Amino acid sequence: MTVCVLNVDLQTDATLQVDISDALSERDKVKFTVHTKSSLPNFKLNEFSVVRQHEEFIWLHDSFVENEEYAGYIIPPAPPRPDFDASREKLQKLGEGEGSMTKEEFTKMKQELEAEYLAIFKKTVAMHEVFLCRVAAHPVLRKDLNFHVFLEYNQDLSVRGKNKKEKLEDFFKNVVKSADGVLVAGVKDVDDFFEHEKTFLLEYHNRVKDASAKSDRMIRSHKNAADDINRIASSLYTLGTQDTTELCKFFLKVSELFEKTRKVESRVAADEDLKLSDLLKYYLRESQAAKDLLYRRSRSLVDYENANKALDKARSKNRDVLQAETSQQICCHKFEKISESAKQELIDFKTRRVAAFRKNLVELAELELKHAKGNLQLLQSCLGFMKTNT
Amino acid sequence: SSPPPPPPPPSLPNLLCPSMHGYYWMFELSPHWSQLEDDEAKDRFDVDVSVTNPEKVGDGMNAYMAYKVSTRTSLTMFRCKTFSVRRRFSDFLGLYEKLSVKQSLHGCIIPLPPEKSVVGMTKVKVGTDDPSSVEFVERRRAALERYLQRIVSHPSLLQDPDVREFLERDDLPRAVNTQTLSGAGFLKMINKASDAVNKMTLKMNESDTWFDDKFQEVESEEQQLRKLHAVVDSLVTHRKELCGNTAVFAKSMAMLGNSEDNTALSRALSQLAEVEDKMEQLHQEQAASDFFIFAELLADYVRLLGAVRGCFDQRMRAWQRWQEAQSTLQKKREAEAKLLWANKPEKLQQAKEEITEWESKVTQYERDFDRIGMMVRKEVLRFEVLFVSMHSELCFCFKFQLIKFWEAFLPEAKAIS
Repeated sequence: MTVCVLNVDLQTDATLQVDISDALSERDKVKFTVHTKSSLPNFKLNEFSVVRQHEEFIWLHDSFVENEEYAGYIIPPAPPRPDFDASREKLQKLGEGEGSMTKEEFTKMKQELEAEYLAIFKKTVAMHEVFLCRVAAHPVLRKDLNFHVFLEYNQDLSVRGKNKKEKLEDFFKNVVKSADGVLVAGVKDVDDFFEHEKTFLLEYHNRVKDASAKSDRMIRSHKNAADDINRIASSLYTLGTQDTTELCKFFLKVSELFEKTRKVESRVAADEDLKLSDLLKYYLRESQAAKDLLYRRSRSLVDYENANKALDKARSKNRDVLQAETSQQICCHKFEKISESAKQELIDFKTRRVAAFRKNLVELAELELKHAKGNLQLLQSCLGFMKTNT
Repeated sequence: SSPPPPPPPPSLPNLLCPSMHGYYWMFELSPHWSQLEDDEAKDRFDVDVSVTNPEKVGDGMNAYMAYKVSTRTSLTMFRCKTFSVRRRFSDFLGLYEKLSVKQSLHGCIIPLPPEKSVVGMTKVKVGTDDPSSVEFVERRRAALERYLQRIVSHPSLLQDPDVREFLERDDLPRAVNTQTLSGAGFLKMINKASDAVNKMTLKMNESDTWFDDKFQEVESEEQQLRKLHAVVDSLVTHRKELCGNTAVFAKSMAMLGNSEDNTALSRALSQLAEVEDKMEQLHQEQAASDFFIFAELLADYVRLLGAVRGCFDQRMRAWQRWQEAQSTLQKKREAEAKLLWANKPEKLQQAKEEITEWESKVTQYERDFDRIGMMVRKEVLRFEVLFVSMHSELCFCFKFQLIKFWEAFLPEAKAIS
């Protein structure tokens, strides 16, 4: 299953290719089959698969974030948790209300809900796949040991989800981080490039967030309208099956037309969701990851400056000078390392972003046209039918 | 002494025809109905009404069409033999409002006037004399004429002082509550129509399964109708929501385009925002047209059901007559038997003739109803086909525009580098 709309130019490297070849949805979890093809000597075989769950992906992501070595890189954002709750609830409600609707209505609604479930399923697979592909394409991250373990170790990684205490710790860490972030953000950067990037990313991130939320709402309205058309079609169908008069035959024909229209509208909404909404959501997370990178850099800059001050103080007091010197050296080194890789990462981010937007916008426009033209044909045939019947 | 002459068979009920004619502005009179009309003309009272000379009064959005309503009559209740007044569309609607309040008095379904057409009238108000608005006015004029003709051919309605005032009075006070059919007003109309007929419906013998089945059918159709109406309402609401959300999204995309530093992408995103904006307008138009079309469709169907229920009323009376005819027939046969036994050949012949007459009446009454039901449904089918065609044509136009917008956007998207 290699449906991957955000995978732009990431499949070119033959030395390490990762994809999710299969997925299974069980009661409350999804099992992904991660398939790797590699010519690297690190792995025992050239081609192999393992089964992984969402928590293991999160573990991998977190291990990157916590690794100081990777402070200078944009960590590919973690895939969102598979969320079938809403869909499952709807299916349950349908099951409960089975007695109150006709057989046709029930079958139709069931088909739709199943299609919705399948769509969500496909999306979550794609999200997890993108994460792995990004890691595999990154020159440094792909060499990570945890990553290799993740790909190869064919037993359960025994990564349990965080317990309450750990979740609370995370919460506090985040609070501290955002407070710190505000402080650090206030520090003006000497480097023009990074100063510009900071301002840009902040604004961009907020606007992507806004656009993503609004796009979701718009698409939901579109789906609701399509659902209504579906109910109209069912209603007309019921009216049409009451009798065999001309009027009833007509109602059946109209019901068919509405049914087809509804299918097209649903598909349009689904495509918009995929090409536009998901794109925005992804770049929301990526821009956050880029912001995190800038934060780490600023943090290290502040640390470096503090170390400088400490060194000056130590020299003036002539106490623990060596200690202060080593500490300053470390900070300086760290800062320079991060700055160097960060610059390249941010440039890459831009290129990736532009390419992804281009691909998706082109595909969006092409799909809209395809569906509208199909709909047009449908209406034309309906009009033809009307004319012959009057 | 000879038995009283049987009552004449009922002419095709006026109940049905007036309701249907409200829509003749949409297509030509079917030859079928014009035949009916000729039959009815014989029964018509001595009042002739015509609607002519449409003239635009005023300018801009406050403009309206005024029609000349001319009456020619020999009835003494009117002041003169020939007279005319000027009336506007809302006056006709006002007349309907006044009459429908007194529905129970007249014991019949008040003929429904032609519907307000926001689209058509706006074109007339704003545009010049382009062919489509000229056509619209002509159709409306014809519809208004039929509407009045139906009203005056109802002996009971003709007596109504509001009708006479409408035809005669020079200075008619402006009608105020003539709203376009709104969602709530619409449901009210459905309820009014069924209430009116419910009041007229007499209790019948439920052993007649055919009647029972048909009645159940109408009941369930009305239920479906209400359900359909609720769903259409929901669709219109969701489309309006979609409009709002699309507009908001478009603004958001424009902002995003602003912050994007790659110029080609920035331009493409602004373009996308524009396309979404245009989509919002399309959605709005679609919502309005959907509502208009569906409201018309459902309103028409309500009329059908009202008419069908009216048919039941007629049918019940026919059934009663049939029952009476049957019992009379029975009596005649008994009389015949007695005569046979009493051996009075002339009386016997007469009795035999009367029996044949009554037998044919019985079949006639039954056939009348079936024929009415069939005709009504056929005519309504034509309306429904027309409405769906209109809807499809409008959808077609929208999709066409939509295609143009996206086709303009595609090269912009491709130009991103």
